[in-house]
Amino acid sequence: MKSESTTLGYNSKVEGEVVVTQADAVINWIRKHSVWPMPMGLACCAIELMAVGASRFDISRFGMEVMRFSPRQADCMIVSGTVTYKMAEVVRRIYEQMAEPKWVVAMGACASTGGMYRSYATLQGVDRIVPVDVYMSGCPPRPEALLDAMIKLQDKIGRERSVKNLTAPKAAAAAPAFAGKEA
Amino acid sequence: MSHADFASLQERFAYLTERDSADHLAVNCPAEHLLEFCTALRDSLGYDLLVDVTAIDWDAETSPRFTGIYHILSTTHHNYIRIASDCTDDAEPSLPSLAGLFPAANWHERETYDMMGIRYEGHPDLKRILMWEDYPYHPLRKEFPLAGIEVPFPAADVAETANAKVLPAPMMGGPFVSSADGTMREIEPQAKDESWTEKEEQS
Repeated sequence: MKSESTTLGYNSKVEGEVVVTQADAVINWIRKHSVWPMPMGLACCAIELMAVGASRFDISRFGMEVMRFSPRQADCMIVSGTVTYKMAEVVRRIYEQMAEPKWVVAMGACASTGGMYRSYATLQGVDRIVPVDVYMSGCPPRPEALLDAMIKLQDKIGRERSVKNLTAPKAAAAAPAFAGKEA
Repeated sequence: MSHADFASLQERFAYLTERDSADHLAVNCPAEHLLEFCTALRDSLGYDLLVDVTAIDWDAETSPRFTGIYHILSTTHHNYIRIASDCTDDAEPSLPSLAGLFPAANWHERETYDMMGIRYEGHPDLKRILMWEDYPYHPLRKEFPLAGIEVPFPAADVAETANAKVLPAPMMGGPFVSSADGTMREIEPQAKDESWTEKEEQS
């Protein structure tokens, strides 16, 4: 393990098998490499989401293959598809059932903005009911785009304060600022 | 079935009138005879598969305003018949339900009720199927704007925690439609009126 060029930050004779680091660094490292997605598949984006789980794109390379259909066992909701007003209630309830800390990825044009469905039935962006961490363009996005978004989410998790959900619950900040602005 | 068959139908059902059609036989049937006519179609003429139930909203000024449309297929003779039936009441349109004759009519009639507001008398469970139950409008009526109308969010508790409302969608020169021909760039669904983008840049 140790070579001529290795500089070690600790003295093994003094500290033994101990590495000194920060709590945030360790906790976030654990969190970002074990994201358990909740596939909120609502439309055609869900087909691409399935492709990401399959062998050609293989999301398990990033430690996210554990798709859980129960919100109790998941911490990242991937909203893949068109959110209708009728379904919005369900999306919000499932989000609330997920344990903290939790993240939301708005996959594709519909989940991000309503997409081409500018109609009476479609919620114009899932960020009107849940706080979104990563938005993705595309209709539907390529599987690589979802992988890219998930890696971006990993970076974001890595920069978070790991105990922020204890001090300021995310749900309290969930109300998007612009809801009701454009009446 | 060709047009020659309308004569034989009218011989048996004197209340039928022929309706212009580009493809299959189409008849107008008064609402009060609809059940009787469809029962005969199903039981003695072989029209055994109800394919579609929909309706037309002609206009708020037109009377009769609503016309119910039924497409029935004969799986033995391989032909369709289209039946149109005017609703007598323009303000509260209603038609007899075919759900007792064709189980397929059940959800079709719920959809038509949801979108057009036509009540189907005798339907076993006439409630909305696409929009949520408390929704106050019928969105496919002529006077309803595509963008929608502001109404309360479906669930009150979610509306409160998420601070969400059902708002008219920003149309931005839309609706987005696809041109029939052109290059791929041109036939991509887009708003016909994109002047709003230029206005945005000027201000």
